[in-house]
Amino acid sequence: MTEDTRDSNGDGEHGMTRRQLMRHSAWFGGAVVLTVVAGEVISHIPGSASAAPASSADLRFVQVSDSHIGFQGPANMDVTGTFADAINQVNSLGFRPDFVMHSGDLTHLSTPDEFDQVKQMMSQLDTDRVFTVPGEHDSIGDNGPRAYRQAFGSNTVGDGWYSFDTHGVHFIALVNTLHLEQLGHLGNDQIDFVRRDIAGLSSDTPIVIFSHIPLFAMYPAWGWGTDDAVQLLSMFRRFSSVTCLNGHVHQLFSKTEGNITFHSARPTCYPFPKPGQGPAPLPQVLPAGRLKDALGIRTVNYWQGNHALAVKDTKLA
Amino acid sequence: MGANAVTIKNFAFAPATLTVKAGTKVTWSNTDPDAHTVTSKQGSGGPLQSTALATNDAYSYTFTQPGSYAYYCTIHPFMTATVVVTA
Ligand SMILES: [Cu+2]
Ligand SMILES: [Fe+2]
Ligand SMILES: [Fe+2]
Repeated sequence: MTEDTRDSNGDGEHGMTRRQLMRHSAWFGGAVVLTVVAGEVISHIPGSASAAPASSADLRFVQVSDSHIGFQGPANMDVTGTFADAINQVNSLGFRPDFVMHSGDLTHLSTPDEFDQVKQMMSQLDTDRVFTVPGEHDSIGDNGPRAYRQAFGSNTVGDGWYSFDTHGVHFIALVNTLHLEQLGHLGNDQIDFVRRDIAGLSSDTPIVIFSHIPLFAMYPAWGWGTDDAVQLLSMFRRFSSVTCLNGHVHQLFSKTEGNITFHSARPTCYPFPKPGQGPAPLPQVLPAGRLKDALGIRTVNYWQGNHALAVKDTKLA
Repeated sequence: MGANAVTIKNFAFAPATLTVKAGTKVTWSNTDPDAHTVTSKQGSGGPLQSTALATNDAYSYTFTQPGSYAYYCTIHPFMTATVVVTA
């Protein structure tokens, strides 16, 4: 088995060397070490203990993202097929995840038919609970947010946000795809919700925050950031471990800022270019047979008593 | 491309500023592989409100009142442009 340490902004053959990683982290202010073992990417914060075997984890959950059901085009002629493959891969993990989170852009055009289809498909997931956050593609026009909340909004408050606890971890699921001006946006109602939500938590409670659009400035010129994220994240400085999991950018990317670690997930539909490569975040058409290398699912393991979570990204089989 | 047409390409409206006379019907055509909308800026009270335009979809609106009409794509809000309508 080969083992290789890669920078978080490079997966597979585009990974950087250790020296490039250090330079890169100086520029971005932090980095996450990704360990690539037999095609799997396991991340941990530099200096933290490396991951124990997944089978011993107390909590195991899955993140899938950006299925874009309804998309048609050369970048992926069968988004339903690749999302079905992702679901099969989750169901073949060899363990039953405690829950599955879809981190948004479930649909491409926010139509009721697309929401029906993606909901139907996710009911095939072999897990206790399925959670979602909306993407901007699930929030189009006046009808999009309405259709999303009709399909997925039960047990949420405000415009669709919520929180829950399991295995000692506190999870917060946010909506940052409404009232957009340039970037993702949370709004004061939601920030107030979070303030009240975390007020009683002890600072050693591990926190996981889900949002569709990244809560860090990954590439604002393409809308890859959230304009009021700093207000939100400043409330989390007292916690020992905060993990933010997002979609939207259709590629792996991880970074650390102090106690907060951010992980952008692979999509199940089609990749976008790396930040600033090309004129726009256009769906990338890959050579025949290469699409699945850019798609994938993410599993996250947690051992009670630890602070950090182990995030593992796997390509679509 | 005519004097009353806007092309959506590479996540941009071209031309970014289109000037037409009142009474002109303007047509937006999406040539991108992703979907876009043509939507008046929030709070502007403007009239533009397309559905999501898939590849090769078009949207038209006839401007009757002179003025400056700022609009954007609600899916990709960094895409902004303006139609100026003269008397
Ligand atoms: Cu757009
Ligand atoms: Fe997406
Ligand atoms: Fe998105």
